[in-house]
Amino acid sequence: MSTLLEMREITKVFPGVKALDRVSLTVEAGEIHAICGENGAGKSTLMKVLSGVYPHGTYDGDILYDGQPLANRSIRDSEHKGIIIIHQELALIPLLSIAENLFMGNEVATNGVISWPLAMQKTGELLRRVGLNEPPSAVVGKLGVGKQQLIEIAKALSKNVRLLILDEPTAALQEADADRLLDLMLELKAQGVTQIIISHKLNEIGRVADRITVIRDGTSVSTLNKSDISEDRIIRDMVGRDMAHRYPERTPNPGEMLFEVENWSCMHPEQAGRQMIKGVSLNVRKGEIVGIAGLMGTGRTELAMSIFGRSYGKGHAGTVKMHGKPVDVSTVTKAIQAGISYVTEDRKALGLILEEPILKNISLANLFGIAKNSVLDKRREAQVAEGYRNQLAIRTPGVHQKVMNLSGGNQQKVVLSKWLFTEPQLLILDEPTRGIDVGAKFEIYTIMKDLAEQGRGVLMISSEMPELLGMCDRIYVMNEGRIVGELTRDEASQEKIMALIVKDNGKTTGKVA
Amino acid sequence: MADNQSSLGGHLRENGMLLALVAIVALFSVLVAMQGKPMFLQAPNITNIFLQNGHVIILALGMLLIIVAGHIDLSVGSVAAFTGAVAAYLTVELKLPISIVIPLTLIVGGLIGAAQGYWVAYWRIPSFIVTLAGMLVFRGATLWLLGGQNIGPFPKAFQAMSSGFIPDLTGIGKPHGLTLIVTAIAIAVVIWIGMRARARDAEFGITPEPTGLFWGRTLIISAAMAFVGWQLASFRGLPNVLVVLAILIILYAFFTENTVQGRRIYAVGGNYKAAMLSGIRAERLVFFCFVNMGVLAALAGMMVTARLNSATPKAGTGFELDAIAAVFIGGAAMAGGSGKIIGVVIGALIMGVMNMGMSILGVGIDYQQMIKGLVLLAAVIFDVYNKNK
Repeated sequence: MSTLLEMREITKVFPGVKALDRVSLTVEAGEIHAICGENGAGKSTLMKVLSGVYPHGTYDGDILYDGQPLANRSIRDSEHKGIIIIHQELALIPLLSIAENLFMGNEVATNGVISWPLAMQKTGELLRRVGLNEPPSAVVGKLGVGKQQLIEIAKALSKNVRLLILDEPTAALQEADADRLLDLMLELKAQGVTQIIISHKLNEIGRVADRITVIRDGTSVSTLNKSDISEDRIIRDMVGRDMAHRYPERTPNPGEMLFEVENWSCMHPEQAGRQMIKGVSLNVRKGEIVGIAGLMGTGRTELAMSIFGRSYGKGHAGTVKMHGKPVDVSTVTKAIQAGISYVTEDRKALGLILEEPILKNISLANLFGIAKNSVLDKRREAQVAEGYRNQLAIRTPGVHQKVMNLSGGNQQKVVLSKWLFTEPQLLILDEPTRGIDVGAKFEIYTIMKDLAEQGRGVLMISSEMPELLGMCDRIYVMNEGRIVGELTRDEASQEKIMALIVKDNGKTTGKVA
Repeated sequence: MADNQSSLGGHLRENGMLLALVAIVALFSVLVAMQGKPMFLQAPNITNIFLQNGHVIILALGMLLIIVAGHIDLSVGSVAAFTGAVAAYLTVELKLPISIVIPLTLIVGGLIGAAQGYWVAYWRIPSFIVTLAGMLVFRGATLWLLGGQNIGPFPKAFQAMSSGFIPDLTGIGKPHGLTLIVTAIAIAVVIWIGMRARARDAEFGITPEPTGLFWGRTLIISAAMAFVGWQLASFRGLPNVLVVLAILIILYAFFTENTVQGRRIYAVGGNYKAAMLSGIRAERLVFFCFVNMGVLAALAGMMVTARLNSATPKAGTGFELDAIAAVFIGGAAMAGGSGKIIGVVIGALIMGVMNMGMSILGVGIDYQQMIKGLVLLAAVIFDVYNKNK
């Protein structure tokens, strides 16, 4: 086998974060190469360097493709060379047909006039190649995610792909669709298409991959051959350090009952009759950190947001208690008054006003806390922001800095500051370390520990099981809108959590780490 | 370091606007003098800039809130025409006193704003469409109410709204004593506010703008105010319109920058979902912005009707575009979430000075429109360029 791609010592720096630190990757022609690593390890960044999203010159290191140096200036550049990336978020236009999407930007045209019969015919051929039985004129938005994924691959084939990069292709797929996709990958391999797959799912990787490269904290740790692939080895390489040093030391000291949810239910906001949360009961004591584990899309965020001022869903039923007494959480303001805060998983879209400075973001949820008779006291606002800047070590030249200029970790600290300023008794943290580099994660964990030591309750939703196991006193396991189990710190393990989920839905696909 | 830049960037915007206004005034002064016409900055012209553009500034104040909240209102010209017609009808046909006509007309404006804001805020219908419909509906309603005729003239008391001057309580007469006193107080207040803001910047650790720049600008503003005050005093004193404008500008500047609800409007425009999740009732604020716009449109409508001394079916045509242009020249972002009252006022004045200057120079309406369009484009390009830099 010959080497198709060699990336040597790639280093990519963002303001405040070193996303890649001398990462190397070698891909042989005709193989399926898997890349594994934790969230934020740098997998997607590496692929963006390769595909020209980050053009040549914005990173350090060399790329050899077919033995030639590769210096992509744009995505188009790399596509011309047959390097095509299919992102997690599909880039299809939902209102257009399959044929229109397939040849978008690459139209079957002479002198600017599209030949639709030819385009339709070519589309038909490509769809047969990927095994999709839909007419070329079908509107993309009406097809499921699995079929859309196949259209993306067909689109790549239409551009004479030589190196196909799939970024977590099965994350949003049902099991049958995922299976079909993996089969297609093997078929394409037989046809000579080299592929890179980014995935968390070790069972999938084991099925299709010839070799695996593990990336951790922005560096490449190891490349394993198929015969050496074992889950234990991969997990060890992915996680790397000793668990003990990844999380702050803490002595759990749960106090009296703080927060109780009893028999909480709610419906989907649009789809009538679809129940999203099904009779959930849970509780958090003072000084306790409680986790909610579960796969993506099992209703954890929906649960939290529906409790927090009915920000999600409709037809809410159930009781929420603080300090043993029922409280009204029917609006966000009332939930805040009851002492509840919700720190969103999507801080850019739902948590921050990126164009505004740090201090205005911090005061936003409690403007009356810096006002007298509805008139803002800007001196107090700045003092409050400075206070949190020191307390949470927000790294910034000043509190007048726009939050869009901060790194992910510091943005998350601003969101936390905003909610701490509402003086919550209970903080619901939804994926609090998503998209944050490892150093900043430790700081966020330390803040959580401090909050618990102050006697507040923390309810933490996370898809990263190690983080739940490392931080939580108790873990609820959620699946399909229900709580399917509860584990204490001592009982909990990744296997037990997965077992509870698997037992519940009889399916086996699961995310590891 | 970066903080330093961002603060300078902020100052640069406002200073740039002010500089542009000064430059435009200077340009017209020279051009008018070259044509051998009487001085551009003489008392009647200065008075007229405010009389003829008062309605644009008033509409732009409301329009800023709407645009900051992430919306647009295309109906204000038609609403101003309709409310002007309502006021005329009440005054001339029903012979009601202005003490009843003014509040009643403002209420009508508020109701119109509520009717449009309801669909925008609670039904999430794009404001562009709702107010485009409103533009047509209220233009038609104006024609219907006036029966295609003009209504007028008005009693003196009604006309005083737009063409009156404050009485000279000092009894000096010429120059107008009260005008001079008010001017002196205003200058003192401007200097005091500037110094206080500077002191506060220093206290918060924001790098203040260079001392020379601050005093240079304050000197220019003070001198301009003294000059305008003196000119007005030696003519007929402060126009009522200017008094109303000054009160409204101060009120809205305070509301947008120093109150909880004002701040929340910026949050709603900056990130609607994040604002909702922070306990802000975004719908109510958007609704309020439209009600407020309706009331201000009614005020502008009455002022224009009073100035023309008749309500006409064609009144208010193009007002919405003047107001929107003033807001964008003043530095607001199309996407919402940013923009300042003082910028909008300067933006409206730039448009007003250009209108008057070009008319005095005898520039045809054809060129006037082209030039105004290019100025709007240039101002926004300047903004975008600065942001990208």
